[in-house]
Formats: sequence, structure tokens, C-alpha cells
Amino acid sequence: MTCTEFLELLDDLIDDTVSAPIRSEIEQHMRKCGHCEVVFNTTRKTIEIYRSHEIFDLPPDLRERLHSAIMARCKRGC
Amino acid sequence: MSTIQSIAGQNEQHPDLALVDKVRAGDVSAYDELVRKYERQIFRIAQHITQNREDAEDVMQDAFLKAYEKLDQFQGNAKFYTWLVRIAVNESLMRLRKRRTGKMVSIDEDLKTEEGSVPRDFADWAPNPEQNYNQSELAEILRKTIQGLPQGFRVVFALRDVEGLSTEETAETLGLSVPAVKSRLLRARLQLRERLSRYFKRKSAPAAPSGTDGALAPNKG
Ligand SMILES: [Zn+2]
Repeated sequence: MTCTEFLELLDDLIDDTVSAPIRSEIEQHMRKCGHCEVVFNTTRKTIEIYRSHEIFDLPPDLRERLHSAIMARCKRGC
Repeated sequence: MSTIQSIAGQNEQHPDLALVDKVRAGDVSAYDELVRKYERQIFRIAQHITQNREDAEDVMQDAFLKAYEKLDQFQGNAKFYTWLVRIAVNESLMRLRKRRTGKMVSIDEDLKTEEGSVPRDFADWAPNPEQNYNQSELAEILRKTIQGLPQGFRVVFALRDVEGLSTEETAETLGLSVPAVKSRLLRARLQLRERLSRYFKRKSAPAAPSGTDGALAPNKG
């Protein structure tokens, strides 16, 4: 497996949709290729960080205000 | 291709559909429940696309109102959430168009560049690198980084990886093909990784001196 082939499979690897034989080929490549191993680990970490940190927070008071506004307009029949 | 998810979901009715039926029958409180359930996600998506807090507030309200008005057009075989997201994405793009008058805004914008499709930075990251920053610093880094992505990548990443839509749902929501979503997702992920590497890579600092009472030792006296 080449690094380019690895890159093509990266998303499937991260999303865990590769078959067992392909996975073992990928793992074999990563054992020999430090660059691809880093790319895999850090890309996975990137997604994990974005998923677990609220970057556009909706503060409770704003949330309540917007919620009430929406419901008031719906009840009025918009 | 990946039909496993959709087959699994076919037999049981999604709880949202019962709420939608109630709303259609005139029960506004059922809609209150749906709004409460998804308002934070819709706000986030609107922020990701408009990159503007006031716009996101407007989009969130307009999207829920539009969904309420058009509820009759909602087909029960789709997920209510995906349908709602599509409305919110459209409202967000409309809002952007208004803001930059005269300039067409679409999710196909800025995608001609091949930049960032190949990794360049191979430095390993520190273990749990996000812990080297406090919450607000980290949020700022993550915001700044994702806002630097081309719109068409940012939206795909936000829907697929942040909000957890499937590839097929993301494609449907954005009116893109599945291969287009996949290629944008890979490039979005790689570009974010590359940009975050600046902050998260392992520092090659010399090992801290141990057992010495250097300048950092607390003053006793
Ligand atoms: Zn490699």
C-alpha cells in the first residue's frame, strides 16, 4: 500500500467502514510509515475535539428568549 | 452502498413522527417539544454557515417558523431533523446572500483550490493537546480554525462530523452527490488537522530540570 492509497482510505478507516482485510493492510502500512500513522491519529483527534467542544454556545437566557419568540409566533399562526 | 443504517431504521417509527402528527392535529405544545429538542443544533449549524451570531439567531427563528408553516409538506418517510436542517441550511445561505448583496453565495463556492488535500505537517501531537488550553482559548482556536475553511468544506464538516448526520443525509440536505460529500469531508478533515497542528503539536522543549532549586523555586521566608 502506498501513502496515496492510504489517504484514499483514511475517511473509511476513521468512520470504521473498512473490511477486515483492508484494515489489516492499512495497519501494516502504518506500522512502517510514521507519517501516515500521525495523519490518522491526528485527524481522528481533530474530529473528536470538534465533536466534544461547544464552539458556538447558546447561553440559557438567549435560548429561552429565542424559544419563546418562536413559540409566540407559531401560536399567532405565524 | 451503506444501506445498513436505513434498513435498521425502517421498522420502528422515529419518536419525532408522533410529535409531528400531534402538531398537525393542532397540538402546539408538541411543536414546543420539537423546537426544544433541536434548537441548539439548528443554532450551531446557522453559526457555522453564517459565521455571525445575529444572523444565526434570525435563522434559527425563521427556520422553525418555516418548518411549522410547511409541516404539511413534510414526508413521513424522511427524518424530521434532516428536513429541518435542510430548511436551516437554506435560510442560512439566504441570509448570507442578503449580507453580501450582489455576490452569489452557494455551497460550491471556493472549492477550486487543491490546497490542503495533501498532508504536509507530520509532527505528532501532544497527548490530549486540547488540555493545554483553557476552555475559552480552545473554543477560540477551534472557531478561528474552522472559519478559515472554504464554505463548502465547512458546511460538510459541520453537518457530518459535528452534528453527526450520515454521509447520505448530508448529501441530501445540501443537494450534493455522495461522492462530492466524501471528497469535501476528507479535505475538510485534512485541512483542519493541518491548521490545528500548529497549536497541538508536541513541543520539543528540553526536559525540565529536576532536583534543582532554580529561579522557579518558591521563596521561603
Ligand atoms: Zn504512508
